[in-house]
Amino acid sequence: MTATLAVFEYHLVGYRRTWRGSVFGSFLLPLLTMLGFGVGVGAYIAGGVGGVSYLDYVVPGLLASTVVQVTMFETTWPVLGNFEWHKIYFGQAAAPLRAADILGGHLVFVLFRAVLCAAPFLLIATLFGAVHSWWALATLPVVALLAFAVAAPTIAYSATVRSDSYLALLFRFAVLPMSLFAGVFFPVESMPVGLRWVAYATPLWHGVDLCRAATLGVAPQWSGWGHVGYLALWAAAGWWLARRRFQTRLFH
Amino acid sequence: MTEGRPLIEATGLVKRFGSFTAVDGIDLSVRAGEAFGFLGPNGAGKSSTMRMIGCVSPVTAGELRILGLDPARDGPAIRARLGVCPQSDNLDPELTVAENLTTYARFFGIPRKVARARAAELLDFVQLGERAGSKVEPLSGGMKRRLTIARALINEPEVVLLDEPTTGLDPQARHLVWERLFRLKQRGVTLVLTTHYMDEAEQLCDRLVVMDAGRIVAEGSPRDLIARHSTREVVELRFLAESQEVFVDKLAGIGSRVEALPDRVLLYVDDGDAAVATVHDRALSPASVLVRRSSLEDVFLHLTGRTLVD
Ligand SMILES: Nc1ncnc2c1ncn2[C@@H]1O[C@H](COP(=O)(O)OP(=O)(O)OP(=O)(O)O)[C@@H](O)[C@H]1O
Ligand SMILES: [Mg+2]
Repeated sequence: MTATLAVFEYHLVGYRRTWRGSVFGSFLLPLLTMLGFGVGVGAYIAGGVGGVSYLDYVVPGLLASTVVQVTMFETTWPVLGNFEWHKIYFGQAAAPLRAADILGGHLVFVLFRAVLCAAPFLLIATLFGAVHSWWALATLPVVALLAFAVAAPTIAYSATVRSDSYLALLFRFAVLPMSLFAGVFFPVESMPVGLRWVAYATPLWHGVDLCRAATLGVAPQWSGWGHVGYLALWAAAGWWLARRRFQTRLFH
Repeated sequence: MTEGRPLIEATGLVKRFGSFTAVDGIDLSVRAGEAFGFLGPNGAGKSSTMRMIGCVSPVTAGELRILGLDPARDGPAIRARLGVCPQSDNLDPELTVAENLTTYARFFGIPRKVARARAAELLDFVQLGERAGSKVEPLSGGMKRRLTIARALINEPEVVLLDEPTTGLDPQARHLVWERLFRLKQRGVTLVLTTHYMDEAEQLCDRLVVMDAGRIVAEGSPRDLIARHSTREVVELRFLAESQEVFVDKLAGIGSRVEALPDRVLLYVDDGDAAVATVHDRALSPASVLVRRSSLEDVFLHLTGRTLVD
């Protein structure tokens, strides 16, 4: 545990140099979102969705989807780089750390980043009146779980491929379609049944449904604990794969 | 600590990658306070051996004990007491020089305050004190190497593993590293290093093994090895001819051995000047003549038929 925290601390020291820029971004992005969707797109969707205005509908979806994107960025190039370019992980492996500490420390940092980008988003959404309930605070642990569910398998992938062209593929064929079709912008139910099930399979849809229930203060479409269990499954399977990859690459 | 027991002990140590055998059954033992070297050409298996000793590479076969412990079971506990300077630097270029040390110290459970004090002290030791606050990225190769060495010392290790500490450095940077390593040795720190420079091995190592193709071909102090496997002096002759090979027969009998390289012929003799006189007596006229003392390079050539650095 202390070993994992020491690795987390290392990542924080690096973050200290860049946090100003990233904090600016994490306020600017939601601000533009509120203006674009609330004032812009919202004006065309007169009836809203399911009884709420389009802005209120889309905000929790965008919150979850932004978290997923930040998480994916933090677990692709940085992980590949730590193996292939600066070989940071190999330096860590020479210290008295285990594969699980090196992986865990980086993962904790990624979750920290995810929550750190969700908080200002939530704050600005509240100022625009898009948050209807105190339950909205529950989105913070939810996005942390969502980030875990996405980060762990992505780290396993980034620890397996040897060139960053494979990372771009991941964004094109996983992140982009998921952001478009997993219930962020419109209800999954408006798609054909086949696609619907693809959306249900993505971790993002489960995160979106939970976040939406929380900010609107309504019951989720699916069992809440079912969502949590499904995300936990992705997290556990991803962790298992990633830990194995770290073990074989660092201690071979 | 158990006095007198070797700090590192290997018997029949093997490392395979798939069907390829990188380390092919080596025996060695390193005593406390000693500077021990692996001398060998590219691909000899030096790094593979160092990584097993550093407990980041499982042993395929054979026995390995480090500080009396088994790397398969006690990897982290052993690594806590080692310092490692890997073949290629893996510093964080985004962090400052000092941060590279203090963050690394935390991996060993060293308290922040102690880490800062030690970092400052070590940076002075490797003569980087003035660069403490600057980023790593723009440092020269020699400075990065010294920083990596400082990082390897952050936990006050009992054994320091240095994989090719000066490869790729210019002569001046190299001498500075040698001088620092020499000081460590004087302080009683056990050093294990690999190199393919014979002068480095001669300068730093009390004892060394010559490695080739995964095996140890000779072991001893630099002096021992030269005495055992070479002659006191060597005469280097360059002939203006397509092939130096044709002169081997003509030089036969002068000294104990004649060796033809692509660009010169080496005569292994006890008395260089006398040998040169004999060469002239045989009416041979080399374009250049050099008499020098035997070195580890000659030992390696004799044992493997190849030169160390090509
Ligand atoms: N992970 C690996 N997978 C497969 N082969 C490997 C691996 N690591 C090393 N080898 C092979 O094992 C042999 C010994 O490599 P090693 O790095 O130990 O040599 P070395 O003596 O350190 O050489 P150099 O002077 O070039 O550093 C080489 O032929 C190398 O290609
Ligand atoms: Mg090597």
